[in-house]
Amino acid sequence: MRRLLTLIILLIAALETHAESTSVAVAVNFTAPMQKLAAEFEKETGHTVAASFASTGKLYAQIRNGAPFEVLLAADDETPAKLEKEAATVAGSRYTYASGRIVLWSAKPGLVDESPLKAGDFRHFALPNPRLAPYGVAAVEMLTALKLIDAVQAKFVLAENLAQSYQYIATGNAELGIVALSQVIKEGRIGEGSGWIVPATLHQPIRQDAVLLSAGRGNPAADAFLTFLKSTKAKAVMRAYGYDV
Amino acid sequence: MSDGDLTAILLTLRLASLTTVILLVLCTPLAWWLARTASRWKAPIGAVVALPLVLPPTVLGFYLLVTLGPQGPVGQITQSLGLGVLPFSFAGLVVASVLYSLPFVVQPLQQAFAAIGNGPLEAAATLRASPLDTFVHVVLPLARPGFITAAILGFAHTVGEFGVVLMIGGNIPNKTRVISVQIYDHVEAMDYAAAHWLSGGLVLFSFLVLLALYALNPAARGNYRG
Repeated sequence: MRRLLTLIILLIAALETHAESTSVAVAVNFTAPMQKLAAEFEKETGHTVAASFASTGKLYAQIRNGAPFEVLLAADDETPAKLEKEAATVAGSRYTYASGRIVLWSAKPGLVDESPLKAGDFRHFALPNPRLAPYGVAAVEMLTALKLIDAVQAKFVLAENLAQSYQYIATGNAELGIVALSQVIKEGRIGEGSGWIVPATLHQPIRQDAVLLSAGRGNPAADAFLTFLKSTKAKAVMRAYGYDV
Repeated sequence: MSDGDLTAILLTLRLASLTTVILLVLCTPLAWWLARTASRWKAPIGAVVALPLVLPPTVLGFYLLVTLGPQGPVGQITQSLGLGVLPFSFAGLVVASVLYSLPFVVQPLQQAFAAIGNGPLEAAATLRASPLDTFVHVVLPLARPGFITAAILGFAHTVGEFGVVLMIGGNIPNKTRVISVQIYDHVEAMDYAAAHWLSGGLVLFSFLVLLALYALNPAARGNYRG
């Protein structure tokens, strides 16, 4: 009898805390930190998070066509601004949750600075398509700043996203290329292969914006997630994955 | 339509034509063998030929990237022959497309050859026709519908391929950026108007190709999916 009573009290208590669930659309480059953040968030608040990963362009198309996402963590700042203009978001909720960093990366050891770029001793240079990916735009800005754009452009291999750029370089099909720091960082340094972390002064910041979408209006779990994203704990996770916050 | 779209269309047509010609040359003996042989290798080789029907294009693309790449076995061979490596080149796309569209050419040919049966061949032999003579003057005319089906399906399937070329192409204008990749870029870049033009064109093209296939060759109706 006492056990039953305890159970009932616990159930009521659970209802009291209003554990809710929220669906978050996440840009692919933020996959690893998001999984970590979601686990921490669920432990801390009791809410649950369902994360869907796709490129920002695809997520945009899905949101505009009725996908039930409540929060968007984009890979750029243009898409959330565009959705805001189209009244698909909750006004005033947009902010930059992280800034990405690019790495000049090679599967071979020994790359520490931009000198192999200058030497030009490579056939293919992989980068995410600048038309689609802010990380690709940053790569072009870096090459322009180093006055190497004309020489390197002829060797461009455009990847559809960061994951494919990584794949081209990891398989050796492109000797050099651009990936996100978050893809190659392991315990604070570059894990596999070798790379040069491009100084942030060589390109415009790669701002990744978050926004509360219209579908998330009034869901406490969606609000709580955006609040959690601004916490010191969340920022430490993002920093560990190679993002500037 | 932009210059980029036009370049992509011309490149796609070039790729699909070349792929179809190579496939018809390669697949005619292969399909003939598959249709006539009693070898115990028939089943395993038939299964390998059909693999691209079943595998997701990303699997095919990924393995091509790895095997054709500088560290891969095929990549080692092409490099030692002084050909360089195939990914990110038009030649690489042709190789990938040939593999990807192989079953769409082999299978109609194989069925057409099998449908001829022994009768006409034996009749030709009694008239002292050489095997080559028989093949050119008896088999090829009888298998004509099979060749038409195979050529149209091989061509159309190559035009429609996406996952493989995306993986090993590297999206280089005038070299590897085909229509499907161009459409993908338009959609990803949220340029939906441009995406509609090309996509609508591709729908119309595909419909016309299939219409031609069924009009020319009623026997193919319902047998294949492009």
